[in-house]
Amino acid sequence: MTSTDARPTGNSMRRLAGWLDRHARVRLAMLLAAPMGWLVVAYLGSLTLLFLNAFWSRDPFTGQVVREFTPNNFVEILTNPLYRTVTLRTVAMAVAVTLTCAVIAFPIAYYMARVASSRTKGLLAVAVVMPLWASYLVKAYTWRLILSNDGVLNWLLSPLGLRGPGLGDNVIGLWLVFTYLWLPYMILPLYAGLERIPGSLLEASADLGGRGLTTFRRVIFPLVVPALVAGSIFTFSLTLGDYIAPSLVTTTQFIGNLIFLNFGVPDLPFAAALSIVPLVIVVVYLLVARRMGAFQAL
Amino acid sequence: MDRLARSLLRLSTIVVLLFIYAPLALILVYAFNASGTSAWPPAGYTLRWVQDAIENTALRQALLTSIEAALGATVLALMLGTLAAIAVTRHRFFGRETISFVVILPISLPGIVTGMALSTSFATTGIPLGLFAIIVGHATFSIVLVFNNVAARLRRTAQSLEEASGDLGADSWQTFRYVTFPTIRTALLAGGLLAFALSFDEVIVTLFMAGGVKTLPIWIFESFRLARQVSLVNVVGLVAILLSVIPVLVASRLTQDSGGVTGARG
Amino acid sequence: MDRKRFVALVGAMAIVAAACGGGGSPKPSFNVPTSVGDGEGALSVLAWPGYVENGGTDPAVNWTKPFEDATGCKVTVQVFGTSDEAFSLFSTNPGKYDVISASGDASLRLVRAGYVQPVNTDLVPNYADIFPSLKNKPYNTVDGVSYGIPHGRGSNLLMSRSDQVSPAPSSWTTMFDPASPYAGKVSVYDAPIYIADAAVVLMSTKPELKITNPYALDDTQFAAVVDLLKQQKPLVGQYWVDYTKQMDAFRAGDAVIGTTWEVIANLLKAETPAVPVEIVKPVEGATGWSDTWMINSKTENINCAYKFLDHIVSPAVNAQIAEWFGEAPANAKACQNTADPGFCETYHASDETFWKDVWYWQTPEANCVDGRTEVKCKDFNAWVKAWTEIKG
Repeated sequence: MTSTDARPTGNSMRRLAGWLDRHARVRLAMLLAAPMGWLVVAYLGSLTLLFLNAFWSRDPFTGQVVREFTPNNFVEILTNPLYRTVTLRTVAMAVAVTLTCAVIAFPIAYYMARVASSRTKGLLAVAVVMPLWASYLVKAYTWRLILSNDGVLNWLLSPLGLRGPGLGDNVIGLWLVFTYLWLPYMILPLYAGLERIPGSLLEASADLGGRGLTTFRRVIFPLVVPALVAGSIFTFSLTLGDYIAPSLVTTTQFIGNLIFLNFGVPDLPFAAALSIVPLVIVVVYLLVARRMGAFQAL
Repeated sequence: MDRLARSLLRLSTIVVLLFIYAPLALILVYAFNASGTSAWPPAGYTLRWVQDAIENTALRQALLTSIEAALGATVLALMLGTLAAIAVTRHRFFGRETISFVVILPISLPGIVTGMALSTSFATTGIPLGLFAIIVGHATFSIVLVFNNVAARLRRTAQSLEEASGDLGADSWQTFRYVTFPTIRTALLAGGLLAFALSFDEVIVTLFMAGGVKTLPIWIFESFRLARQVSLVNVVGLVAILLSVIPVLVASRLTQDSGGVTGARG
Repeated sequence: MDRKRFVALVGAMAIVAAACGGGGSPKPSFNVPTSVGDGEGALSVLAWPGYVENGGTDPAVNWTKPFEDATGCKVTVQVFGTSDEAFSLFSTNPGKYDVISASGDASLRLVRAGYVQPVNTDLVPNYADIFPSLKNKPYNTVDGVSYGIPHGRGSNLLMSRSDQVSPAPSSWTTMFDPASPYAGKVSVYDAPIYIADAAVVLMSTKPELKITNPYALDDTQFAAVVDLLKQQKPLVGQYWVDYTKQMDAFRAGDAVIGTTWEVIANLLKAETPAVPVEIVKPVEGATGWSDTWMINSKTENINCAYKFLDHIVSPAVNAQIAEWFGEAPANAKACQNTADPGFCETYHASDETFWKDVWYWQTPEANCVDGRTEVKCKDFNAWVKAWTEIKG
C-alpha cells in the first residue's frame, strides 16, 4: 500500500462513483451483475439445459441428438430395474460412507476442539487439511495398489489368516476408499462446530449432574448437528458423483459410471436423464440441510 | 473430563492420523520402488521413475496447462466471489438468502452433474471445449471458496469503518481501495490459494470440459491405461502433494477462518 | 425405450432411408481431391495412444519430426482411451482434428454421421503395399467408396497363467463354464463391444442360432448372447478397460484366465520376474481390431492430411508403430523394417489363415451388417444398454 497512483483520476470516474454512492440499488445491481449472471444465467441455465436434454433422444444411426420431446429416457430409468438397483446401491454407499466418516471424525474433531492445546490444535488442523489437497487421483490409485492381491493389505492380514476385499465385484474396498478420500471434509466442519460450543454450557450440564454420556447426548450432539450435516453434504455428494474411484477399485457399477458410459457412447440425452437422478437427490438433501442450519456451519 | 476419556480421545486421534497418512507414505515408497508393480514388500530402490518423469515432455506440458487453468479460474473466482460477498454482507435485499444457496450449489452438486451440465451448454452454444471451458468449469465451483472467506471477514469487521470513510468524503471506489480491500486482503489470498489448489487437482468436471486439452490430473488419469507410464504416477503424485501443500500451509497461516478450507472437492 | 416405439422408430427410419435411396448413409458431397498440393503448415491428429509418438513419451521415439521436416506440416497429437471416447471427442469438436485413427467400432459411426470424408487411395502411394485382406472392408469402405487407409490389426486372445491353469485352454468356453474351477478369477474386457466375443462363442456352440457375423445380432440371437454373458457374470473377477489393470491382476494372481491383447501378454512375459502367461487364439475364432486412418470432412489441411496418411503407413514408420504398440502392421513391406526380424511372424502379419476367423470390431447397426434385410438387428445403443444390464 504505498502509492496513490491507483486512485481514479478522471473526473467522470469520480462523478460516477459519487453518483453510485447516492444510488445504493444501482450499486447493488452492479455488485451482483457479474456473479449472479455467472451463477444464475450460466450455471443454473446449464442445469436447465441439461434437464431439457434429458427429454430429447439420440438418432441411432448418426448419434446426433434429436430435439423432439419424449419422456422415454425417464420411462426407461423408472421402469428398468437395473437403474433402480444402481441408484439404491449408490445412495446406500453414500449413506454408509457418510456415517463411517462421521463416526471416525468425531473423536479427532472433539480432541482438536476441546482437549488439545492451542498449538497442537493448529498443527492438527493443518495435518487434516493437507491430505485434502494431495492429488485425489494419486490417492485413489494408491488404494488400488493397497487392495491388490499382492498388495500391502493382504501382506498385513495374511499372518492373521485373513484376506482383504480385493479389487473384484465387491463394494467393501470402495467403501474404504471413499471413507479415506472424504474423511477430512467431515472432520473440519465438525471441529469448527465443536469449537463453537461455549465451555460454560458443558460446565452447566456437569453442575446439573449430567454425566459424560448425558452431556454428549443432550448438549453436545444437538449443538453439532448443523456441522455434521454440513460435513455430510460433502461426503454424500462427492460419493454420488464420483465415477473414477469406482472404476479403479471395483467392477461394480455406480450411477456415475453409467452416466459417464452413456456420455461416451455418446447418448447425451440418456446421460442427461441419468444425471438428473443424483441432481434431485442432492438438491433435496441441500434443502433439508439448509433448514437444519448447515449452511452457517460450512 | 476424566483421564480415561482423554487418553481414549488421544489414542483415536493418533489412529485416524495414521489412517490418513499411511497411504500418503506409500506414494513415497512406490515412487522409488524398483519393481514398478503393486507387489509388497518393495523389490528395491530406483530413481528410474523420477528420471523418466523429468524427461517426459508431455508431462511437463500438462503441468503448465494445469497452472494456466488454475490461475485463470482463481482470478475469475476472486472477482466474482468478492463482488458477491460484498453484496451479501453490506446490503439488505430480497433474495439475499438465496444467493448463498446458489453460490454453494456448484460445489455441493455431484461433480458429474456440473460437468454434464456445463459441457451440454458448451455443445449447444457451439463454444469449443478446451482450456477456456476448463477455466469456466473450475471458476464456477471455486467462487464459493473466495465468497466464504471474504464474507466471513466482512461480517467480523464493522460496517461503520466504511461509513466513516464515506462521511469523510471518500467515494465508493476510494472506500473499497483504502478501507475494504486492506481488511479483506488476507481473506482474498487465502480464498485464492484454496481456489488454485482445488482447480489444480480437479478431474471429474475437467474430463467433461477438456475437449482434448491435457491437465496434470488428466495426464495421470490417462497414465492408468499406459503400461509405460503408470509407474510415473507415484512420482507425479509426490510432486503434486508437495506443490499443493505449499498454498495450504500459507493459507492456513494467513487466516483463522475455518470457513473456506472445507469447501473443496476431490 | 419401449419396444413398440423402438420398432416404429426403426421402421420410420428405414422408410426415410429408402426414400432417400441411400441405405442410411449420407451421399458423399465432397469433391474428392485428385492431387496433393503443398502442405498447409499444420495438422491435428486424434489417435490411439502409441500410434503417433512425437518424442513426448520417450525422446528416442519420434515419428512426427521427420514428417514435419519433410512436409512443413506441424503435427499436434491428441490421444484417446476407447473408441467411444474418440467418437465423442471428434463429434463435440467438429473440425478440430484433421485425421483420426479409428477402430472399426468407431469408423462406421464417423462415416454415418458425415464426420469423415472419402479418401482417394490413388493419392496415397503406400496404399499399394497394404495387405489386400485389409482393403475394402465394411468398416472402412461404404457403398464401394473408401473412407480411409488401414493402419494395423490385432486379435483379442485368450490368456492364462500357465502355472495355475492346466491344461492350457484352447477354447473361450473355459471363460463361460458355470462349473469352471477358475470362478472369480476370470478377466473380461469392459466395453459393450465385448458382447461380440460371446457371439463368437455361440457361433460354434449353438449353430442353431445361425449367427453369421457377431456384430449382426437380431432379437433372438442377441437375447441368447446376453444370457450367456449374464451366466458368465458370477465367474468374472475383473472387468478391465485400462490394460495396466489387467496386467496387475495377472501378475498378482487376482486373474488367471481372460481375454487380452497380444501386447499385454508380451509385456508380462518381459517383466522381471516374468509372469508365466500363455496366449492362444481359441478354436472358435476371436474378435479383433483393424484400425483405419480417416480424414475429417471439415478439414482445412487436406494436403497435410494426405501426406500424413502416406507417411504413417510407409514401411519404416508402420513397422516402428507396430513394434511400439504391439500389433500387426498393415503395410506388407513393413515386415522388412522391424527391429526384431521375427516381429511380423510373432504377430501373424502376413499369415492370412490366422486372420480368417478374426472378426474385426465393427459398429452394430439396425440394418444388419451381415446383409440380412428380413430382420432388424440390435444397434450399438442397444448393445450399450445390454452391457450395463449384464454388469448389473
